[in-house]
Amino acid sequence: MTIITRRKLITGAAIGAGSLLSGCDALNRNPAFQDILASAETANFTVQHALGDRMQLAREYDVADLSPKFRANGTRAPGDAEYAASAAQGFANWRLRLTGLFEKPQQFGLEAIGSLPQRTQITRHDCVEGWSAIGQWTGVPLKILLDLAQLKNSAQFLVFHCADRLGGRPYYESIDLLDGFHPQTILAHRLNGEPLPIENGAPLRLRVERQLGYKHAKYVTGIEAVASLAGIGEGKGGYWQDVANYEWYAGI
Amino acid sequence: MLKDAIILTKPRHHMVTRLWHWINALCLIVLLMSGLTIFNAHPRLYWGEYGANDDYAWMAVGSSQAMGYLRLGELRIETTGTLGNWQDSDGKTRTWAFPGWATIPSTYSLADGRRWHFFFAWIFSVGLALFMVASLWNRHIQRDLHMPREQWRPSNIWRSFRNHLDLRAIRQSAGEDYNSIQKLSYIGVTFILLPLMIFTGLAMSPGMDANWPFLTEILGGRQSARSLHFIAAFLLLLFFLVHIVMVLLSGPFRQTWSMISGGKKEGPAE
Repeated sequence: MTIITRRKLITGAAIGAGSLLSGCDALNRNPAFQDILASAETANFTVQHALGDRMQLAREYDVADLSPKFRANGTRAPGDAEYAASAAQGFANWRLRLTGLFEKPQQFGLEAIGSLPQRTQITRHDCVEGWSAIGQWTGVPLKILLDLAQLKNSAQFLVFHCADRLGGRPYYESIDLLDGFHPQTILAHRLNGEPLPIENGAPLRLRVERQLGYKHAKYVTGIEAVASLAGIGEGKGGYWQDVANYEWYAGI
Repeated sequence: MLKDAIILTKPRHHMVTRLWHWINALCLIVLLMSGLTIFNAHPRLYWGEYGANDDYAWMAVGSSQAMGYLRLGELRIETTGTLGNWQDSDGKTRTWAFPGWATIPSTYSLADGRRWHFFFAWIFSVGLALFMVASLWNRHIQRDLHMPREQWRPSNIWRSFRNHLDLRAIRQSAGEDYNSIQKLSYIGVTFILLPLMIFTGLAMSPGMDANWPFLTEILGGRQSARSLHFIAAFLLLLFFLVHIVMVLLSGPFRQTWSMISGGKKEGPAE
């Protein structure tokens, strides 16, 4: 008797596990349930900002801590002819355009960027996939560019437009002003003391150290200051946020 | 008389314990399965602060030439059909590390796996904290989990271990006060493994690393924290499996019912 019931119990558990799995898939397809799951992003953002100084620096490392090879991921080379032509001449014609809610919208060539004060930092890059690499980045603090172009009071977000496309869509990312003015947020043009390699985002790559790798837009061509992310792409603030359910706040 | 009767009908499991038990069970299953989805995004584990494809992984799951494998250090185990190379329900060969039946969602989506994971991580963490406070308050920890000196004796632990291999002893002792092996596992799970899951999880967050750099440092670096997160998760799975086996052997219906209704404490209480 007990053996039969036990067997039934195990069969029942197996059926239960199976329906749990298909139940999870059904829930996963349900937009209302997805919204409930996504509420954790707000909790993470709020609590992580409450737990530390908002200008808290990410940990910086020594040269001895560097990864032997800094892995490249995502786009390894924007495929279009314009980018290739620019790369062929050492990005001499590359322009970084500051547009949108600035008092003085303007553009910078790489030389102009190089003549501004620079910051060098050795930080750990954490990919959403799970791997990490430590690299040394040199670039201009974003704050300097924002101050030169004079951000308007109505600006809430900074959108980074990129030269690369994934699946036919232009890559873009966005951050809030807190991260925009953070001392470690830089537009990097050197990695480990060398000019930034193409696979890592040459000639300009955003570093926003307290967030995951997909926030660190590569091949940056423009910074657009906006009051809302609604009009950009599909309105979720970034390429991966638009095409999949990645979080806009990537602090975890 | 009346007082005795009240003591005798006191439930074996406190309401708080029961509530937490089931919430926690749900959280652990969802967290494990969504965690495996996240692991599938990069099925390699490292020690230290950094680690990526060009660095040495102490553990890796992969697929080469239609063969799935698990590599532990230098030991390579073929796992075709289970890990690294398996067939989904449509008979299509997949090369993600963990198979669809073990992940949430059952098809690979890192973004969705993360959503499930972080939502349930909140319920799990808040639930654990509340359970710990409540269990001190209602004296569950002091009364049921405290190990008196005699239970620490190796002979006692050994006897308790042997009783776990003896079907009759398992049935007889069901409903009694917890023995030393039970106490040790419940203490180890509740006060070591579960908090370790939370702290190793937080240590992987770049935002938390800026806030609490000591956390990642204590754990030996971000990739070490990731490895420990994975190891602790599998120790919890091991606990879960042994726990289920023990419930099945000791009277599954009565035991499960007592974890729902509270059950009765056997014999004179205290």
